[in-house]
Amino acid sequence: MERIRCLEAIYDELAGCAVVTIMGAVAVELYSLGHRPNFFYLEHAMGLASSMGLGIALSQPQRKVVVLDGDGSVLMNLGGLTTLARYAPGNLTHIVFDNQSLLSVGGFPTATATGSDLAGIARAAGIAKAATVTDLASFRASAVAAIDADELACLVAKVEPVGPKSFHMDLHLLENRFEFQRFLRPDPQGAPS
Amino acid sequence: MPVSERHSKLVYDALVAAGVEVVSALPETWLVHLIRLAEDDPAMILVRLAKEEEGVGVSAGAHLAGRKSAMLMQNHGLLQSVNGIVSLAQLYKIPLLMLVSDRGHLGEPDPWQTAGGRATRPILDALGIVTDELRDPGTVQLQVARGMTLAQASLAPVALLLTRDLMWEALA
Repeated sequence: MERIRCLEAIYDELAGCAVVTIMGAVAVELYSLGHRPNFFYLEHAMGLASSMGLGIALSQPQRKVVVLDGDGSVLMNLGGLTTLARYAPGNLTHIVFDNQSLLSVGGFPTATATGSDLAGIARAAGIAKAATVTDLASFRASAVAAIDADELACLVAKVEPVGPKSFHMDLHLLENRFEFQRFLRPDPQGAPS
Repeated sequence: MPVSERHSKLVYDALVAAGVEVVSALPETWLVHLIRLAEDDPAMILVRLAKEEEGVGVSAGAHLAGRKSAMLMQNHGLLQSVNGIVSLAQLYKIPLLMLVSDRGHLGEPDPWQTAGGRATRPILDALGIVTDELRDPGTVQLQVARGMTLAQASLAPVALLLTRDLMWEALA
C-alpha cells in the first residue's frame, strides 16, 4: 500500500476537518493532491503533531480533527499517546503512516521494522479504538468510519517506504500557519463549518 | 506542605484574568496547588502531560484554534521542551506563556535540582525568550497580564519564573 493512495482515498473526507500533518513525505504528498486552507503541515518539531491535534480538538470540540502522523514521529512522542488516551477527544482521529523507516533522511529503519507495534502501543496506552490496516480498501473504510465516529481512534496504516521525488512545497510555513488559523476561526454565526 | 496556597491562588487567578482557557501541566512540588486549582475549575481545560514538550503542541493547537493557554512546568520541564519551543513555537510564531518553577536557585536544598537551576536563565537568554521573575505577590497579576500581552503581541514564548520567594511559604 502506498501512502499517497491512502491520502487520495480520504482526501474528500478531509474537507472541513482541521488536518495536521508531520513533515516530509506526508506533508508533500497531501500538498501535491491539492492544498486546502484546512491543512497544516508541521515542518519540524517531530512528535508534536498529535499534541497539536489534541490542543485543537479540545479547543474546538465541534470540529473534526485529523492528525496524519508517521512511525518515526510517533516514536518520538510515545507518551503523547497516553495523553491522547487520557482526554480521548471524540473529534480526533490519529492516522499513523508506518513505513518502518525514516524515509526522508536516508531510509534508516525505525523500531517498527523490528517488531514494535504502534497500534498495540496505542491500545495499551488506553486508546481502545486502535487498529492496523495493510490494504487500501480497509484503510479507506476504517479511516472514513473513524473520522465520522465520535470516538478517538488511532489507525496505523502499513505503507511502502516510498515518497515523492521532490520535497518542495510552494507554501511558506508561516503563510500556511496564518491561513490555517484563519480557517479555524469560529464562524461568527455560530458553530464552525 | 510549605508551598504557598495563597500565592498559588494569586497566580491562578491572574491566569484566568489574563484570559487563559487551556492549561497544560506536569506536576512538581511547587505546582501542586496551581494544578489543583486548574483541576477544580470547570471552565478550565487542563491537559496533564506525560512530558512537558507535549505542552508546546497543545498550546500551539489551542492558539490556532482561538484559545489562550499557559504551560505550568518545572525548569527541568523547560529544558525538556527546548526543541518544541524552538521548532514549533518560535519557528511558527506561536505565543507561549510559560510559568516555570525556578528550582535550583538560591535556597535550593535538593542537590538534584541545582544543575538545572544554573542552566535555566542562560538557556532562556540563549533562546531570546523574554523572562521575568514572579516574586512579589503584589505584582503577580500585573506581570502575568503583561506576559500574556507580550506573548500575544510578539507571537513568541514568554517565561515567568515562579521564584522560591513567591511559591514557598515562610516557616513560622
